[in-house]
Amino acid sequence: MKILVCISHVPDTTSKINFTNNNAEFDKNGVQFVINPYDEFCLTRAMWFKEKQGATVTVVNIGGAETEPTLRKALAIGADDAIRVNAEATDGFSVAKELAAVVKNGSYDLVLAGKESADYNGQMVPGMLAGLVDYNFVNGCVAVEVEDKNVTAKREIDGGNETLSTNLPLVVGGQKGIVEEKDLRIPNMRGIMMARKKPLQVIEPVNANATTSISSFEKPAPKGAVKLVDANNLDELINLLHNEAKVI
Amino acid sequence: MSVLVYADATEGTFKKSAFEVVSYGKKVAEQLGSNLVVVTINANNTSDLYTYGAEKVVNISNEALTTFNAKGYADVITQVAKKETANTVIVDSSIDGLYLAPFVAVNLEAGYASNTVAAPSSTAPFTVKRKAFSNKAFSNTVIATENKVIGLAKNSFGIHENPVGGTTENFDAEITTTGVKSENIERVTGKVTIADADVVVSAGRGLKGPENWAMVEELAGVLNAATACSKPVSDLGWRPHGEHVGQTGKPVASNLYIAIGISGAIQHLAGINASKVKVVVNTDPEAPFFKAADYGVVGDAFEVIPQLIEKLKAFKAA
Repeated sequence: MKILVCISHVPDTTSKINFTNNNAEFDKNGVQFVINPYDEFCLTRAMWFKEKQGATVTVVNIGGAETEPTLRKALAIGADDAIRVNAEATDGFSVAKELAAVVKNGSYDLVLAGKESADYNGQMVPGMLAGLVDYNFVNGCVAVEVEDKNVTAKREIDGGNETLSTNLPLVVGGQKGIVEEKDLRIPNMRGIMMARKKPLQVIEPVNANATTSISSFEKPAPKGAVKLVDANNLDELINLLHNEAKVI
Repeated sequence: MSVLVYADATEGTFKKSAFEVVSYGKKVAEQLGSNLVVVTINANNTSDLYTYGAEKVVNISNEALTTFNAKGYADVITQVAKKETANTVIVDSSIDGLYLAPFVAVNLEAGYASNTVAAPSSTAPFTVKRKAFSNKAFSNTVIATENKVIGLAKNSFGIHENPVGGTTENFDAEITTTGVKSENIERVTGKVTIADADVVVSAGRGLKGPENWAMVEELAGVLNAATACSKPVSDLGWRPHGEHVGQTGKPVASNLYIAIGISGAIQHLAGINASKVKVVVNTDPEAPFFKAADYGVVGDAFEVIPQLIEKLKAFKAA
């Protein structure tokens, strides 16, 4: 089985978010970038398929050379090789089209991608990719098993889970649950050493046109100070929630 | 040209998100000078939608679509979009809405703006405001394509009545083969879900152990609220994963969010920030959550919550 794991290069979840150039650009200054947490769950699941079922695992990212440390980290975790499509990731549709070209070219059986990225939270790339390459698609996936071409998967639904059956080739939009947080892999020294020698191929984009663009960013309006209510005067809290906030 | 809204009717009935997305569609149609068409699948009573401005409803009744299937649903929505010459398609941000919308965008070669929180600030260029960076910012996104898909964030635009004398017609959709089959659905019954709840009561490690959740459940019961928890609590196995809210858990966009014994890590705040009113109960007056809250009580949850339950019961009874 040939697996492709899509890796987004995103600001660490604790990052302060600021903008420059008249609020037209995200300020990368002082920001640490990591593997998108949703993709990290998928990568760990891919390692399981590699170790238990002999799958090969390729990781891919759409981005400039500055994203290569993130791909190297994925290699250190255990992916076999990496592809960087040398293009700036501007909108979901164009990223999906770049990925579709990689998927077609490599005839992958299973494509794992986080259901969203921790930066723009678009939740659109995995589904668009599946649509473009006409693969089956399971989104919000919290479990996936593959036996020959047969797939059993679980997805989160409102208030529970749905069990699905499908076949390869398949795109999965994964989230926490596809592996547990405690099972996430941290690169060890041997992995880091080996990652340096693993192939990282840089390919040129198919130059898919962006369908959307960001004209500016805004921060939420500053919040007023919290109104503290004395623990011995909870009637006042109920009064405020009823008469002022009007939420009860 | 028209604006097409997909109003989800899971198990035949509409939820509030359906009325919100129709209200939003009405506004966008007015801005564009277009007519509004609403598509529903296996809906029982489409006239509920007329209250929110749906002049024309197209309902697809088909047994093959009884269970949600993202590709199947997206394909029939696409067929209706083409028949109605709709170039703007609007869906909600439920789990299923987010699953099917990318397929609709591919089918229509449409630019797709998910997590949209407001009516377009301009129609030429077509610009919408969207959540980004896990609720820490917004982006103003221009959709450049002729066809557009908008995903409306939950509880962002609100429900606005706009009664019209609507009509409903049936549409005989062509059912496509989908390749993904539903085998089993496990759903907790009789409980308010986090996605549907107006009020969410959430608790963290401050509660010291899973045995202390009875008062959280009781408070939720009084408020007809969903229960939720912080990440450490679900990681410790005190509560099921499905209750974890925050950046890598479920998002919350309720009217009222009550956080008990949760310090307010940045990742937690990112997941719940879209809630309108936040109340924090914590023993530590320095807990970062107080900076993000509207109302706060500095105190011991084991004293505050039982009292709050009694007072709320009295308030509800009055």
